Amino acid sequence: MSMVRRERVWWRYPVLALVAVVYLAPIYVLAGISFKPISDLSSYWHFPGEPTWQNFISAIVTGHIFTALKNTVIITVCSVILIVSIGAITAYPLARMKTRFTKGMTAFALIIMMVPPLSILVPLYATLVGYGGINRYWGIIVTLLTFELPLSIFLYANFIRAIPQALDEAAHIDGAGPVRTFVQIIFPQLHSVTASVIILSGIHCWNDYQFSLYILQKTIMKPITVAISGFFSQETSNLNAAAAAALLVILPVIILFLILQRYFIKGMVDSAIK
Amino acid sequence: MYVFTIPAVVLFVMFVIIPFVRGIFLSATNWNGYSQHYKITGIKNYSRLFTDPNVRRALLNTLIYGCGSTLLQNVAGLVFALYLNKKFIGRTLGRTIIYLPVMIAPLIMGYVMYFFFTLGGAMNDIRSLFNQVPLDWLADGKRGVIIMTLINSWQFAGISMVIYLAGLQGIPSMYYEAAEIDGVYGWKLFTNVTFPLLAPALTSSVVINLIGGLKLFDIIMALTSGGPGYDSHSLSTLVNRTYFGSENGGYASAIGLFAFVLIGIISYFATTALNRYQEAMS
Repeated sequence: MSMVRRERVWWRYPVLALVAVVYLAPIYVLAGISFKPISDLSSYWHFPGEPTWQNFISAIVTGHIFTALKNTVIITVCSVILIVSIGAITAYPLARMKTRFTKGMTAFALIIMMVPPLSILVPLYATLVGYGGINRYWGIIVTLLTFELPLSIFLYANFIRAIPQALDEAAHIDGAGPVRTFVQIIFPQLHSVTASVIILSGIHCWNDYQFSLYILQKTIMKPITVAISGFFSQETSNLNAAAAAALLVILPVIILFLILQRYFIKGMVDSAIK
Repeated sequence: MYVFTIPAVVLFVMFVIIPFVRGIFLSATNWNGYSQHYKITGIKNYSRLFTDPNVRRALLNTLIYGCGSTLLQNVAGLVFALYLNKKFIGRTLGRTIIYLPVMIAPLIMGYVMYFFFTLGGAMNDIRSLFNQVPLDWLADGKRGVIIMTLINSWQFAGISMVIYLAGLQGIPSMYYEAAEIDGVYGWKLFTNVTFPLLAPALTSSVVINLIGGLKLFDIIMALTSGGPGYDSHSLSTLVNRTYFGSENGGYASAIGLFAFVLIGIISYFATTALNRYQEAMS
């Protein structure tokens, strides 16, 4: 008997087809509804013979989808920049020093990661009202920043620990202070983890609904998720336009994912297995 | 170097600790959510909480969402990982397709699923092929909870898949070579060699799924808003309903703190048990 068993692969293809149907059907149905005229009442499984752009026009004109997209882009970009920079500088002392303070801070960050936002959402909302942060970009940005920061701190701290401390000491002997050491020696080595932090926190900010629902209530301030939920609850007569709006906002994410797939998956694995 | 931590400390104090302390205070009042005037009512909110059938229902649902999703996602994720670990043409495509929904906002995925589970939706079109009468899928709370658990598991199985794939690739090939010499194949190989060596991946995957499932919010808001009645609420959506719907900020704070303690305890015990399991396997 041969020691090498031959792998039979043919069965993998019917399985692949089944997986593809189960996983892609929702996108297919959504696209079909988006391109269907409102008068077309055929099954959701039928892709329209003559696709129309009318639903997309309704979504953009009456649904203010572009305003919502602009809000989401502003919120996501600002939040991610802060999550990366504050996460990295906080992680540096946490990775390099072992004191009661750094240990306590690490434990506290872990608790925030586990705590569901719901447990403090009501008092957080009340607190933000007091600070004047409701219906302001900065209100949602600091909230997302606070709750995404622990993940960023953890990822950075793990990677900084893997950089030999001798480098810091060499820089110190050459007369560099901690700030210069961090900016010129440590941070340039953190490319791959920075990519992971940007992707993970970027997705979370882009997709956020729970915080935005509380903090951004004014129509012109609404991000995509809140705008889309308004679309579904108000304009139930025009579900086709709602579908078009949903397709418009998930398309950029899908395209980005297909281009940068490797980094997306690496980021996920980095954050999980540590 | 402590200076570096100042921004983070300030943020945590202003947006976590102060609200948390404030939440403890508010949970002992009858604050309606916006008024300047409220009375201190002591533990009244808490005694109400323990006898409130809506809270009990939401608590049970939260456990179903959390534990059900964790179980389903891990089984599916592991099966997908085993299936897509061997090299074959189409492997990358399979991984891409399964991971794709992870990127999409759960709220929007909920609305996409509305087109499947509404009365005139895609699921009933399939039923009519088999001459079945259309079903109002989400009109029944219990069925709604199961459907939303399935949707959540389906959407995020890709996370478990990539964690298990990373775990599988981390297993040194010498274990398989040794097993081959001993003539161990198939199911026996999986239970005796592969699965025990996946203990670290299992730990990460279970913890991530559990935390995600216990705070399920977006999909419920999109599909049922907790309805019909209060039948499909999770604790997250119940807090939202109590605050914005019933304008009862004090009671909503109390439910939030209750959820904090409960989810904290569950996460703590799950993590401890998994770490013990992981140590036993290594």
